[in-house]
Amino acid sequence: MSGPTLRGSVCVAGVGETEYYKRGQSPDAEGKLALKAIVAACADAGISPEDIDGFSSFSNDRNDPSRLAAALGCRELRFANMQWGGGGGGGSAAVAHAAAAIHGGLAECVVVFRALAQGQFGRFGQGPRRNTIAGDPAHTVPYGLMSPAQMFAMKVVRFMHEHRVDQNALRAISLAAYHHAQNNPRAVMYGRPLDEATYDASRWIVEPFHLYDCCLENDGAAAMILVSAERAAEFPHTPCYLLGAVSGSHYRAGAGVHNTPEYASSSFPTLAPRLYSMAGVRPSDVDVLQSYENFTGGVLMSLVEHGFCDADACNEFFVKERFLAPGGDLPLNTSGGNLAECYMHGLGLIIEAVRQIRGDSSNPVPDADVSMTISGPMVTPVSSCIFGTEATL
Amino acid sequence: MRGFYLAPGLPQPIPAPDGLDGPFWAGLAEEKIRLQRCADCRRWQWGPEWICHHCHSEAVGFEEVPSAEGVIYSYERVWHPVHPALKDQGPYLVVLVELPGADNVRVVGNLLGDPEADVVIGSRVRPVFEHHPDADPPFTLLQWEPVIIPT
Repeated sequence: MSGPTLRGSVCVAGVGETEYYKRGQSPDAEGKLALKAIVAACADAGISPEDIDGFSSFSNDRNDPSRLAAALGCRELRFANMQWGGGGGGGSAAVAHAAAAIHGGLAECVVVFRALAQGQFGRFGQGPRRNTIAGDPAHTVPYGLMSPAQMFAMKVVRFMHEHRVDQNALRAISLAAYHHAQNNPRAVMYGRPLDEATYDASRWIVEPFHLYDCCLENDGAAAMILVSAERAAEFPHTPCYLLGAVSGSHYRAGAGVHNTPEYASSSFPTLAPRLYSMAGVRPSDVDVLQSYENFTGGVLMSLVEHGFCDADACNEFFVKERFLAPGGDLPLNTSGGNLAECYMHGLGLIIEAVRQIRGDSSNPVPDADVSMTISGPMVTPVSSCIFGTEATL
Repeated sequence: MRGFYLAPGLPQPIPAPDGLDGPFWAGLAEEKIRLQRCADCRRWQWGPEWICHHCHSEAVGFEEVPSAEGVIYSYERVWHPVHPALKDQGPYLVVLVELPGADNVRVVGNLLGDPEADVVIGSRVRPVFEHHPDADPPFTLLQWEPVIIPT
């Protein structure tokens, strides 16, 4: 790629997360969770929280950077950034923005963070409780189309129809996530394995999503610290460099009342080529992949749109064995992901991608040099990013 | 009089306070589907916007879709209730319907009939106007039923 690029400009100094809780069970308030995750990431990096001078988040995180900086005793605040858009679509975008700020000289040490306490602030997977509704939701909610699962099932049904995809393709994604969670003590579903028969017998939420096709809802927080790549040797872990990060969506992805022209999409058709161009890699170079599962159908379309699989070959491609670490062709969601580790709006998936480069994942992929994360399929904007070892620079 | 497809108690639609979709809801009360159409380039658009996304004209008004028959573009069968009003509803069908009479813009509604019936993407449906005259304020939903093609 010629021209400006983030490739190799920043590295990950440290990552951290709180304990992950079932929804509503955190003993800590959301703001305290955010602080605990940031402090943990600083400890992992071997730096003081006072050194943080930038904050980058997404999905309307409620924790204001000025207050966080005051609570952490940050010497100076130089960057406070929020990616617009809901769900986890902004996860990799928050990484991109932090990297751009560092690369552009706006800040030196930026923390990407996300905190959620649904017990304190209410759930995602419920319909609105009010007497009247106006605007875009007025055209869907009165027909019983109101939750994220219901919004996205409509896209996935169309995609599966166009490309004759079987239910077993979705099942493979879920089984792989639960398999990996059994080795991950942080995972909310640690000790709760899932097999084919249990998946098949599980109740429908909305066709084609069984219960196990849907993400968890959790309390907790996660954080990761980015600094200039020149400083990589200062930190205790194997250096992990950002090779590329992009965000956005395709033509009129935000058209109202489900009128996006390219409808059966995870919103990545224009992003993926830009990501690979910036990172200087091809899909076949990716050693391990974390792909945001709000619902398994989003993973299905994300992998197609990122060039891992032809849309008409999903039934052959989406088999569990391919997705299992350490030996599968494309180890997928190796922490258990949003389905079985924790739903931290996908920041946990980005941290897992970093851990694969550092070699300290609970399901390590041997010799992983290129590690990718896809954030928030089917919403707009979405984002994705690629990390690499020093050998990839 | 036909009953309501879904159990009562969901949030009821009201015209947007900014005025953007008022003619749509007024049209449903008169059993007409009125959607946005650009007076300059004559193309349809939905959901509603302040300008035409094709030619950027501000002259977007509402016109009745000349042929209201639709085609099922996608659908979903919902089982898990996410609102207390639907606790005892059981499964229901939501359809995304393309309108060939309006540049194939899409609208959302329910597919009337057996909620466990097979749904065929690409099949034809016709509108059914579900009036709620006793609601405050009254409103009308745009529902759909299969077009039975004689064999």
